[in-house]
Amino acid sequence: MTGLQKGLWAVVAVAALGAVGLALFGARTPEVTESAASSVVAEFELTGHDGVVRTAEDFRGQWSLVFFGFTNCPDICPTTLAEIAQVMDDLGPQADAVQPLFISVDSERDRPEALAEYVPQFHPSILGLAGTPEQIEAAAASFKIFYERVPEEAAPDGYTMGHTSQVFLFDPEGAFVRLYGYGTPAPDITADLSARIDAHG
Amino acid sequence: MRPFATAVLALALLAAAPPLLAGGDDVVIEDAWSRASIGTSRPGVAYMTLRNEGTEPAVVTGLRTDLAVMPMIHATTTDAQGVTRMAHMEEVEIAAGETVALEPGSLHVMLMDLQRPMVEGESYTLSLVFADGAEASVEVPILGMAARGPAE
Repeated sequence: MTGLQKGLWAVVAVAALGAVGLALFGARTPEVTESAASSVVAEFELTGHDGVVRTAEDFRGQWSLVFFGFTNCPDICPTTLAEIAQVMDDLGPQADAVQPLFISVDSERDRPEALAEYVPQFHPSILGLAGTPEQIEAAAASFKIFYERVPEEAAPDGYTMGHTSQVFLFDPEGAFVRLYGYGTPAPDITADLSARIDAHG
Repeated sequence: MRPFATAVLALALLAAAPPLLAGGDDVVIEDAWSRASIGTSRPGVAYMTLRNEGTEPAVVTGLRTDLAVMPMIHATTTDAQGVTRMAHMEEVEIAAGETVALEPGSLHVMLMDLQRPMVEGESYTLSLVFADGAEASVEVPILGMAARGPAE
């Protein structure tokens, strides 16, 4: 690279930094944060991939692992589903005390039938939940999660989704316990969850 | 917006400068894998590592496979609030001597408009096209839908 090229790249870099700064200060911050976690509650009425309507109350008595996604998601969602499947396998007999719930934020494409051919492929214990746009909006508000439809010309139907990628843990009384960040290794989730189940008695 | 105008001028000058030798022929593709799909209506995914053994940067500018009409590289990003999004990458540079990993939750090949279902146990050929016109092909094994990494 010549000295001139280096100088020119430096100019580009400075301008790019400026643009990033502008973007950061101008950006709207979604309302999903750990700090908002204390007000997280599980309140929803959604339809399971088995066609049965469920509310949060139906899962009392079990620990719930709740996470969000959509079936047209090729990267993050299968990865999280596979991690949770591993957790359920590794929990052994304790798995009976845990119900994983995959809530689709893509109400347009993910009807219960679509979830039925997708979610159980990862683990038979994971229940997919679908809803109308209004039901998904209400559920998202109770979990304080963020999702959005992102136009993407090349994607099927011309859009993809951005969404909160953490896994939410609720105790058997339905109280929010904690978030597991995206990418938390399955053994870490298993160890944490297993200790909590033991302590809970 | 004077700095931006200067940047545009700088980029124009860079574009006009003699092209760097991009060493697409020196890129080694390893640990390629895909997940099985259900039918053809949803996009498929492929992961791999790209190691540039040359002394010049290599830039991936395109992908080809008979499995999908529109294979493209996407980057998944997760912000401080834990919200993930995907962005289309027009090109991916692999610096000389460096390795770029396409892995879950990060860069990945998105296989849009599948021409046939991706069946566990089968494989397909994926070609990477580089800025210098070089091409590198890899046979990608299709693992189970819940696979989390390349086969041992």
